[in-house]
Amino acid sequence: MSQKPEKLIDKKGLRLDGRKPDELRKIKIEVGVLSNADGSAYIEQGKNKILAAVYGPRELHPKHLALADRMVIRCRYHMAPFSVQERKSPAPSRREVELSKVIRESLEPSIFLEYYPRTGIDVFIEVLQADGSTRCASITAASVAIADAGIPMRDLVVACSAGKVDDTIVLDLMDEEDKLGMADVPVAFMPNANAITLLQMDGTLSLEEFETAVNLSLEGCKKIYAMQKEALRAKYVLLKEDEE
Amino acid sequence: MATYEKKQLVTPGDLIVEGDFIPGENTYADNNKIYASRIGMVDYENKKVNVVALRSFYIPKIGDIVIGTVVEVGFSGWTVDINSPYQAILRASNVLSRPFRPQKDELSEVLNIGDLVVATIISFDRSHDPQLTVGEPGLGKITRGQIIRITPTKIPRVIGRKGSMISVIKQETGCQIILGLNGVILVTGKNREDEELAIMAIRKVEEESHTSGLTDRITQMLKEEKAKREENKK
Repeated sequence: MSQKPEKLIDKKGLRLDGRKPDELRKIKIEVGVLSNADGSAYIEQGKNKILAAVYGPRELHPKHLALADRMVIRCRYHMAPFSVQERKSPAPSRREVELSKVIRESLEPSIFLEYYPRTGIDVFIEVLQADGSTRCASITAASVAIADAGIPMRDLVVACSAGKVDDTIVLDLMDEEDKLGMADVPVAFMPNANAITLLQMDGTLSLEEFETAVNLSLEGCKKIYAMQKEALRAKYVLLKEDEE
Repeated sequence: MATYEKKQLVTPGDLIVEGDFIPGENTYADNNKIYASRIGMVDYENKKVNVVALRSFYIPKIGDIVIGTVVEVGFSGWTVDINSPYQAILRASNVLSRPFRPQKDELSEVLNIGDLVVATIISFDRSHDPQLTVGEPGLGKITRGQIIRITPTKIPRVIGRKGSMISVIKQETGCQIILGLNGVILVTGKNREDEELAIMAIRKVEEESHTSGLTDRITQMLKEEKAKREENKK
């Protein structure tokens, strides 16, 4: 499709899609999009299109995976074969297995696992179209889906990435910036609890740059958090209005 | 210092109130602050803060009446799906009114897969699945009537204040109604029309559960519907 762009940031300081360095992409979150799942959410962040579905808590099968003192979370992050330029094999790749684990671990601290021992919840994340920072968008959507399923939580988890592109620290990396940029720092965060549940870095940053990037991501997280809450409220306010 | 007033919608993690309060249902306390743990409506009960959940699932409690479906016939009892994260166990000795003889008794003749039972929960804790019994009057296999399923959190609304709602529906339709606290309701009437009328009323309660003056509106609706039916017969 596109040739390798020469510069990721132009003379005016704007990025490939015209954003300022500290600007998020356009985000749309919908709640309860799947009727068969106990909870579900759909997120569009830039060109990312991701679906998250939550089932449970329910009896865990196979039974030997159940834990006597808490609930088990299973998570599957999967990219559709058509989600990227070159067809992706539908079999789970090494990357997807790792992301599944990373997403699961970033969601776990938000859930009261000890409330319902011997049960399990399943989180399915399907990337329909990928455009960089899918792990962050997946976490954001999955957390909303968990809340929609009525599972007790400490807080919603929200994630956002920051990185270094052409020697500038930027927020919410898109595909080209992720691939051609110099560093990527995804952060997952629980705003009310003020706790970071995921922090990764790919590439190299100086200590100062790293700190700027993390703080920038946290700012982004707070903005997305407001959208998550808005999406959840929108569904239930709508339900209420329908009835009246 | 309340951040959220009564009846306001909260999402997980919202700080409801700070200070000297007790965390109630669907809330948790941290450092003298009370937060919501589910989506729902805030409710203050003196010093206690509750969130009436909009989405939830049924967790067994000892003494609850539930309606379940038999999903498995075992050697000495049945496994019953009670619409909860935990499957319930119903022992043969709790069903047969005599000692259970494993060699002679054929359990699938008493209750088979797919049968519906009304039962109470006699035991449940963190390490054991709930156990049921049908050893009280009014419990046991369901042979007639209709089943409807609603969100378990809305059962208290169908009961109404001191049972006002349910007694109105029973009186106006002449149906027997058994409310399973797991969100399953059994309606048995003299004929199909009566049952349908009761189901219509329950559905209306479920949909409009958060509005006030509902009992009166239900009474009115049932009276109107009955009048309409009388006219149709003529």
